[in-house]
Amino acid sequence: MAEKQPLFELREVTKSFGGLRVTDGLSLHVEAGEIASLIGPNGAGKTTVFNLVTGLYRPDSGQILFEGRSIVGLAPHKITQLGIARTFQTLRLFLNMTVKENVMAAAYGHTSSTVFEAIFRLPRARREEREIAALAEEKLAFFGQRLAGYRHDQQAYNLSYANRRRLEIARAMATNPKLLLLDEPAAGMNPAETHELTELIGRLRTDGGYTVLVIEHDMHVVEGISDRVIALDHGVKIAEGTFEQVATNDRVIEAYLGLQRSA
Amino acid sequence: MATGGDIPEVPARPDEGDRPRVGVDEWVASVEDRREERAGIAGLARRVDDVVPSWARLAAFGAVAASLPLWMDRGDLFAYGIFTLIYVLLGLGLNVVVGYAGLLDLGYVALFGFGAYFYALLSSEHYGIHWPSWVTFPVVVLSTALLGLVLGVPSRRLLGDYLAIVTLFFGQAFVVFVNAANPTVRGQGLTGGPNGIADIDANDLFGYELTTRRQQYWFILGVVLLVLTGLHFLSESRTGRAWRALREDPLAAEAMSIPVNRLKLMAFAFGAGIAGLTGCMFAAVLTAVTSGNFALPILITIYAVVILGGIGSLTGVVIGAIVINVSFQFLAPENPQDNARILFYAVVVLLLVIGIRPWWRLGAVLAGVLALGVVAHTVAEAVSPSWTAGAVVEGGRLSGVVSDWVIIPAGHDRFAPAAYIGLIVAILALTRIRGWWRTGLLIPTVYLSAIVWETSFVEQPAVARWILFGALLVFLMTVRPQGLLGTPRVEIV
Repeated sequence: MAEKQPLFELREVTKSFGGLRVTDGLSLHVEAGEIASLIGPNGAGKTTVFNLVTGLYRPDSGQILFEGRSIVGLAPHKITQLGIARTFQTLRLFLNMTVKENVMAAAYGHTSSTVFEAIFRLPRARREEREIAALAEEKLAFFGQRLAGYRHDQQAYNLSYANRRRLEIARAMATNPKLLLLDEPAAGMNPAETHELTELIGRLRTDGGYTVLVIEHDMHVVEGISDRVIALDHGVKIAEGTFEQVATNDRVIEAYLGLQRSA
Repeated sequence: MATGGDIPEVPARPDEGDRPRVGVDEWVASVEDRREERAGIAGLARRVDDVVPSWARLAAFGAVAASLPLWMDRGDLFAYGIFTLIYVLLGLGLNVVVGYAGLLDLGYVALFGFGAYFYALLSSEHYGIHWPSWVTFPVVVLSTALLGLVLGVPSRRLLGDYLAIVTLFFGQAFVVFVNAANPTVRGQGLTGGPNGIADIDANDLFGYELTTRRQQYWFILGVVLLVLTGLHFLSESRTGRAWRALREDPLAAEAMSIPVNRLKLMAFAFGAGIAGLTGCMFAAVLTAVTSGNFALPILITIYAVVILGGIGSLTGVVIGAIVINVSFQFLAPENPQDNARILFYAVVVLLLVIGIRPWWRLGAVLAGVLALGVVAHTVAEAVSPSWTAGAVVEGGRLSGVVSDWVIIPAGHDRFAPAAYIGLIVAILALTRIRGWWRTGLLIPTVYLSAIVWETSFVEQPAVARWILFGALLVFLMTVRPQGLLGTPRVEIV
């Protein structure tokens, strides 16, 4: 396992805004088939890591490798086409489109019929439409009753907060990614829903076959899902390992609680 | 940080069994249904709109529109029929740019103008070139689309207001170029300057010239139906969805594998292509083009068509074009003034009906206005007959009533401006006060507006036309801010 090339890797990545170093020589990696969690106090640079990986920010220095290939400088949509999809902490759905359309829109990157084929309803456009619709239904079915059939034609703004979070995941899944980046998927959910989500993230790996990197504040979720936990503070990796190892790590406790254990 | 052990047991999943739950997200999910039930006539229209399949709607529209020439005379067919279709096409093109892709393009009318001028250059006496339509149409459409693309390249990184400014500049630059620059090419002014280009060929169907109004109308109708069908398919395709996604949230769209910049350019080019196509037929129907045909008022009218119909809705664009063009032509100066008068009083009464609750307050205002008119007219006549001696401009069904109700003086020159200023003061005062005082003040205000209408505006049909048109738009957009068939757009904060 250790010698295998990781699916995804950050090498010495630094990014600053003005004088503020948001990530400082940060290195981390995610193995294929793994569920890893990124934790850290607010402002630790977790979401910045996602923005760097998905191409919304460009690192000042360092390498970002996906399947051994550098993805620094690629346009965000290209990176998504390569197989990295994300959800947004602040929910960025296409609110005035239907639930199903939200998911179907994300299939753009792996379909190819042209405008002219669409206008004249040529065979390839029709076949792709059927495939996209089936794909969307399949991804929505992943969430069982929560995003069941009768919701498909509702506008996305009609969904409850928790369902909007689920729809974000479904939409990311529709890009056919290898790596899913989930940004605080449990934020705003009640305990029952959080429990359900923990189970769901597990199924994303077993049933969906995705590798998952999660940013999460809810330690029950982190404990429940993670093969490996990576803790950040001030843009630096301060701990890495199993949940037990990280949760008992002095520097992590200090970062969260501000305690000075030793002198 | 507590770890494991003492965490209370997590409750069982609440949605056990496959039944939807009442009270949690069920209620949220049914918001739309409840809203529709409430929405009266507009809600009914929307439900019909939802139920009727799109091909049936298109067929119904096509059938009704195709029968139009059979019962309309030539002049009406030109003003009401052909112009409505032109507005439909322009609205459809703009709808791609603004409605689907959400790009505020204020230079759109210049692309329409470019298409019309280019057609004129390729098929007229101007240079003696007479290409047949099956050659000119593709050439013009493709070059206009290319121009739209070129215009889009610097604009694609501009957002919102900035894009509007750049494109507005382009629109104005086109008018100035056509009017003033007029470079000499092959011994001829390229654009004909202020005189424009005349003697433009009619469109032809593979050699068969479409010279009568009926032929032209049917030809344009055919093009409209084709464009509607194509756009319907396009909007249900991956490209259409991607456009709407980038309108909703460009950043999320980009992160969901949609190449936002390329799609913006495509929207520009596609809308421009439709504008160019429309220009070809517009130039041929008018047989002459001047820069005035492509100035700001047309742009505003096209935007009114799209916004009134409901941004993003194809049916909405068609209905918007019909409402706007028909009401606009209806108010044309050459039509009888009574048209405008009836519309004016209808709009006033409608505004009162919509704005005043409960009904008895409305009744009091209407009765008060009528009574005030009768009393004021009687008193004015008693004071001096000259106060009511003015003639009502033009006859018609309402003019008899009006002359016995509104004070129209003869020889009192200061009266009309005084009434106008009085009306403005009264309206300003209305916005400052509340309750019964407001209802009370409404009565003289309405009466004053009738006086101002009869003494100032009726005499200037061109001005009155725009004012009424504006009032109609304000009225419709107040009632339905999302447009006639648009869906209300929701932002969650």
